[in-house]
Amino acid sequence: MAKIEVAKDRCKGCKLCVLNCPKNIIKIGSDVNTAGYFVAEQFNPEECTGCKLCAIMCPDMAISVYK
Amino acid sequence: MEKIFGLPSTVLEQMTHQFCPGCGHGIVDSLLMHELEEMGVKENTAIVWPVGCSPMAGSVSTINQVSAAHGRAAAVATGLKRSSKDTFVICYQGDGDLAAIGTAETIHAANRGENITVIFGNNSIYGMTGGQMAPTTMLGQLSTTTQSGRNSEQHGNPIRMAEIIAGLEAPKFVARYSVHDAKHVMQTKQGIKKALEVNKNGGYSFIEVVTMCPTGWKMTPEQSVKKIVEENLKVFPLGVLKEVD
Amino acid sequence: MKKEFLKGNEAMAEAAVRAGCRFFAGYPITPQNEIPEHLSRRLFEVGGEFVQAESEVAASYMVYGSSMTGTRCMTSSSGCGLALKAEGIGYITGARLPAVVINVGRGGPGLGQILPSQQDYLSATKAPSNGGARAFVLAPSNVQEAVDLVYEAFDIADKYRCVCYVLTDGVIGNMMEGVVLPEMRDLSSLPDKSDWVVTKRGPGPNTQFGNKRIITSWQNTGEELEATNQVFADMLEGWKANETRYEAYQMDDAEVVFAAYGTSARVAKTVVNKMRAEGIKAGLLRPITLFPFPEKPFEALDAAKVKKVICLEMSIPGQLIEDVRAFVDKKIPVEHFGRSGGVILKPEEAYEASKKML
Repeated sequence: MAKIEVAKDRCKGCKLCVLNCPKNIIKIGSDVNTAGYFVAEQFNPEECTGCKLCAIMCPDMAISVYK
Repeated sequence: MEKIFGLPSTVLEQMTHQFCPGCGHGIVDSLLMHELEEMGVKENTAIVWPVGCSPMAGSVSTINQVSAAHGRAAAVATGLKRSSKDTFVICYQGDGDLAAIGTAETIHAANRGENITVIFGNNSIYGMTGGQMAPTTMLGQLSTTTQSGRNSEQHGNPIRMAEIIAGLEAPKFVARYSVHDAKHVMQTKQGIKKALEVNKNGGYSFIEVVTMCPTGWKMTPEQSVKKIVEENLKVFPLGVLKEVD
Repeated sequence: MKKEFLKGNEAMAEAAVRAGCRFFAGYPITPQNEIPEHLSRRLFEVGGEFVQAESEVAASYMVYGSSMTGTRCMTSSSGCGLALKAEGIGYITGARLPAVVINVGRGGPGLGQILPSQQDYLSATKAPSNGGARAFVLAPSNVQEAVDLVYEAFDIADKYRCVCYVLTDGVIGNMMEGVVLPEMRDLSSLPDKSDWVVTKRGPGPNTQFGNKRIITSWQNTGEELEATNQVFADMLEGWKANETRYEAYQMDDAEVVFAAYGTSARVAKTVVNKMRAEGIKAGLLRPITLFPFPEKPFEALDAAKVKKVICLEMSIPGQLIEDVRAFVDKKIPVEHFGRSGGVILKPEEAYEASKKML
């Protein structure tokens, strides 16, 4: 069991996490942060393996990984 | 569940990167911040940030920060390291800074084998100033100063700095990486670790990283990744060019 | 107190080492080459570091890098070399770092000549860089004074965290004179800089977020930079009030006043002596600090007594004369005689030209 948390006000909706999640369980959501970016969010967290690839891809260090 | 990955202690929690969405500098800086934490050198490190997009990362770090004039990071690092041998010195530069105005400082610090690490983000454009041609801009690539594409007759050819530095005697570790996908980011992380170890053991290390500049390339981050695969990597081949133990 | 017969450049280089300079970066350019040459051997003897840089520009930034570690550091060059270092001097000044710069002047502008001249007066005293940066400028007129001023320059740079700029020329740089060198300074006696050097952590004037030290001439807002500019402006007022230095030679009853510094002041003294021998009441005002400029002695010239002020300079057009005119009573005519481009001013011609002006 693992999951990620996206720091809402660090994310800029660049989609690099989405493109690199081996399980394709991250998407750019409809939630908007204070800078006006649509923020990335995880769905189907039960499939998350905690591989951290999304987190190391993130140019804004917005993603924390829990396992 | 326990947190297994998050902000390193070398980053100020209240500060965020000011880079554009999908900027490769953000990734490279994150890797550097994690590596410096893991190496346990953050308390006596000084990072020399010249001028361009890359120095915007400096404000996010807890590490002592030196601002250098455009192109002069390697000279500043030379004076700093030689006058304080137990300070861990790193330069983080962009391609305009390192390969245009700072070419001489870059090559000669490498040639002297200064005990510093140079990390160089190659996004083939001047990002900070709005997208002008850089020394690493590729033939045919559009920029605000090559509006019908770079051509070698008028604008010369993209310069490959890693190869030039690897051709010098003194450097101990010279490599080129990319951060366009997770696999390549992991390789870059290993490369930065290796470069910092060379630094710790006394030697010059040089890391060139091919990075995305969505805004400068007038593309989305996703398209920028594709462009790197289809174009940049053909002009800037990846790999370790020099490694001396 | 051993008296030695030394060349100006070598004596200045050794004076720097005696003052505790432990980092030098330079580049070959005539007529200052003996400074890097001497230091390339000497600095390693005293545990210091020497770099022959790839350019004067790089050299100035190596000094910038060294200074932020608290190390006493110096660079030297000549004429157009200082034009190349101008940007670095501005960064050092903007970041409030101490450093010593020596300019052994040569003919200009541009490549000019390798022969001595005083054609860098304005660039040294008014605008050694961009953004209104000013340096504390000292001008020796013999090898002993050059040694003393270079030695003291490091204290001035540390005291004010500024660039202390010793302006001389190829004459003094390349002539040999008897000189007594100062004792080697004990490094532990140097000012403590641990509260701002970038090689330490913790609170201090350039610390943010608790213990992060930042060395920069950049400020994030106009207001912050303006505040820094104001601090700098206040410092300059302090220089003007407390740090000006000059020599008054035979000025008590002078009716013809020569204004000259450095090499030209030596020539002026000869002319004053010759005129005095003929009953002409001549005198000399010799600025030693070129910036802050010694305004008072010039302002104090009494139009009822002083008939003329003559600036002797190795510069055409004259440059020192601009400052002299700014402070001398408008009723006293101020004239200029000089040679330039590397032609060394000679006493006989200075005397003849000055006599015609009386």
